Amino acid sequence: MFIYNLRLAWLSVRRNPILSVLMVGAIAIGIGVSTTTLTVYHLMSGNPIPDKSNQLYAVQLDSRSKEATSTDPPTQLNYRDAMALMHAHRATRQTADYITSLVVHPPRVEQKPFYAVARVALSDFFPMFEVPFQYGSPWEKADDESGAQVAVLSHDLNQKLFGGANSVGKSLQLGDRTFRIVGVLAPWSPTPKFYDLENNHFGDTEDLFIPFGLTVPMQLQSSGNTNCYGSAGDGTFTGFLNSECNWIQFWVELPTQADRDSYMQFLNSYVQEQKRVGRFPRPLDNRLQNVTEWLNFNHVVSDDSRALVALALLFLGVCMLNTIGLILAKFLRRSPEIGLRRALGARRSVLFRQYLVEVGIIGVAGGLGGLLLAWLGLWGVRNLISDGARIAHLDWLMVGAALLLALAASIAAGIYPAWRVIRMAPAAYLKVQ
Amino acid sequence: MALHPILSATLRNKTGAILIALQIAITLAIVCNAVFIINERLDQIGRPTGMDVDNIFVIQSVGFSPKYNPADARRMDMDMLRAMPGVVDAAPISDIPLSGGGWGDALATKPGEGVSEQSGNIFTVDTHGLNAFGLKLVAGRNFRPDEILEEDSQSTDFPKVVIVTRAMADKLFPNGDALGKTVYEGAGGRHAATIIGIVERMQGAWVHWTGLERSVLAPIVYNQSFTRYIVRTEPGRRDAVMQAARQKLDTSNPGRFIQKVRSLADYRAKSYADDTAMATMLGVVTALILTITAFGIVGLASFSVNQRIKQIGTRRALGARRRDIVRYFMIENWMITSIGVVVGSALAVGVNFWLVNLFSIEPLTWYYIPVAILALWVLGLLAVMGPALRAARVPPAIATRTV
Repeated sequence: MFIYNLRLAWLSVRRNPILSVLMVGAIAIGIGVSTTTLTVYHLMSGNPIPDKSNQLYAVQLDSRSKEATSTDPPTQLNYRDAMALMHAHRATRQTADYITSLVVHPPRVEQKPFYAVARVALSDFFPMFEVPFQYGSPWEKADDESGAQVAVLSHDLNQKLFGGANSVGKSLQLGDRTFRIVGVLAPWSPTPKFYDLENNHFGDTEDLFIPFGLTVPMQLQSSGNTNCYGSAGDGTFTGFLNSECNWIQFWVELPTQADRDSYMQFLNSYVQEQKRVGRFPRPLDNRLQNVTEWLNFNHVVSDDSRALVALALLFLGVCMLNTIGLILAKFLRRSPEIGLRRALGARRSVLFRQYLVEVGIIGVAGGLGGLLLAWLGLWGVRNLISDGARIAHLDWLMVGAALLLALAASIAAGIYPAWRVIRMAPAAYLKVQ
Repeated sequence: MALHPILSATLRNKTGAILIALQIAITLAIVCNAVFIINERLDQIGRPTGMDVDNIFVIQSVGFSPKYNPADARRMDMDMLRAMPGVVDAAPISDIPLSGGGWGDALATKPGEGVSEQSGNIFTVDTHGLNAFGLKLVAGRNFRPDEILEEDSQSTDFPKVVIVTRAMADKLFPNGDALGKTVYEGAGGRHAATIIGIVERMQGAWVHWTGLERSVLAPIVYNQSFTRYIVRTEPGRRDAVMQAARQKLDTSNPGRFIQKVRSLADYRAKSYADDTAMATMLGVVTALILTITAFGIVGLASFSVNQRIKQIGTRRALGARRRDIVRYFMIENWMITSIGVVVGSALAVGVNFWLVNLFSIEPLTWYYIPVAILALWVLGLLAVMGPALRAARVPPAIATRTV
């Protein structure tokens, strides 16, 4: 029966090729536009670390001066507070990190030195954020603050310097110091780049990683955001470290709610203690935000992309209205045929099914066309948006969603016209003939 | 021609008319809001920068050899760049305007703790800065060579003189008498500096910041291994000079490397990339929706023409001219479109209200609605033209046929 329905539907689609193309085209464009915007939204709002997103917390301490006007505490810590929290070891895992620029001297002499972005971090960074290793491992915990000159390379940098070979154990000159490579990452690009939303929400991961303990001996400075509340120090590096300039991101891993609560208590008591020595002039406002909360807090999903989704769905609405109109026109034109079939004893349900199969065919064709358009649209978006490659590619979920949406939209568009035509009295259309 | 018979004929097949009217209504709502957002973004991108953006490029130089002497290298580089054919001027700078990264600082008009401050965006330059950026000095004077402060990277010293933009001057001194006044920088206002000049305009680093035009020029050059140079060329020669300068600098000093030689226009385009993307996507959506709606009108009008072939033939046989038939379909469509645009206007305001509330988008300017109404009327009439002309070609003889 279904095959028979299909064959009749196909005949009908072919009878009015222009009308059919118009219907398929309208559905395809509607689906193409919606899928494009939904994909961007879906990838922007993705959870980069689903199994741990409610165990990792960004730490905020309100160390600002009285004059600060914004309602939220800074998103980074200053060196003093970061060191105090680090040495307290109150979390299951913790990392203090920032980015800096280092001159890399390639081992191959024919390559010129170049700047690389290094993340200065603690060894917990890697297990906390589930960073995959291709070779080697993170540096030892003991090297976090020992000043050991060890480095973990990104997959890309290892490719560039060593042609992708296992470089663990080799040495690498960074600035005027020689480092030992302890690990090489597998390709890793969390989207969004949740662990550092200060600089670029969808940026590349860093070229290499070195221990936080090198900050003082190498006098490293952040190449990311630095916000000062009050003096930036007396012009010396020590002065800068002791100033109220915030430039260090601090993350903790707290597996349970109880851990979170007790960490919060610890933060509050730390700040109370600091208040006694004249710091933290503002009312207590320390925060722990998990990954999901952190992404929202930092407005990772842009308002533009949300507005585009809203407009695209309205657009799909227009395409559906268009299709309903065209299907209705088409079905009504075939009224005599319906009259004939009804007069010969076809039941309404049979005819109804016939029409739904027909709009289903149009829907599937429209969905496939829509996918093609979405693929084109996303190609356009990749070229338009900075870091578009990360947030504009079709995945299977969106392909399935697009096809389902197309089918649902076309059937929804077909129900009313089908219902209208099967309700007509057969006699009216037989009379003329 | 009386509207009444057309209206009553339309009402006999309400569904098609309602569908088209609804489609036009939503189209109007989308088009109004989309075009409004597009214009808003394009206006932002097109704001005057105060600089000679199209003829400027930026170079980064990084010394890596232990023997590298930043001060000597800078002097040599500057002499070389300024002497190059096609170069108008060049200067060492700290941060790049329009790039998204810079030195935000606050200036006060009084020293002391807790006084009100105005945030601004500081750019360091030497005496060639004004000319290299192509800024227009509207009051006061440029820096003198003896006013340039040489600092290492750790230093937090501040120069004794500054040049500010008109926007910064007015923010600090609303009475318009900023020239010659003293401003205070740093904690407790420990550095005092005199405003010696005012430039008409200079956009800062963060293009989406409300204080974009509150820039401050400070006469500082840094003696550090990482430096940036800005080079302004004669009109039209930027790309050629950019390449030549890169080659010259690449080979002039073996103790450093050159990176990120990019035009200022490029930095600006990157800063506005998401706005450009939004405008482009909305442009595509607008074009597509107008096309779809036009095709929808064509489809339904064709259908209604086909259904009324006999009536058309009868009217023709009774003496209606071709143009009467065309007019009939045009008026019918115009009535349907009009209902659509009335409903659509309300919908456009509703959609905009919703966008404003949820997505921090500006409220719609009123005149977008009448313009969009006009556009849809024209679109509707153009779309119905084809089917209407086809209807006009129906021969009167058809009225006499039975089937």
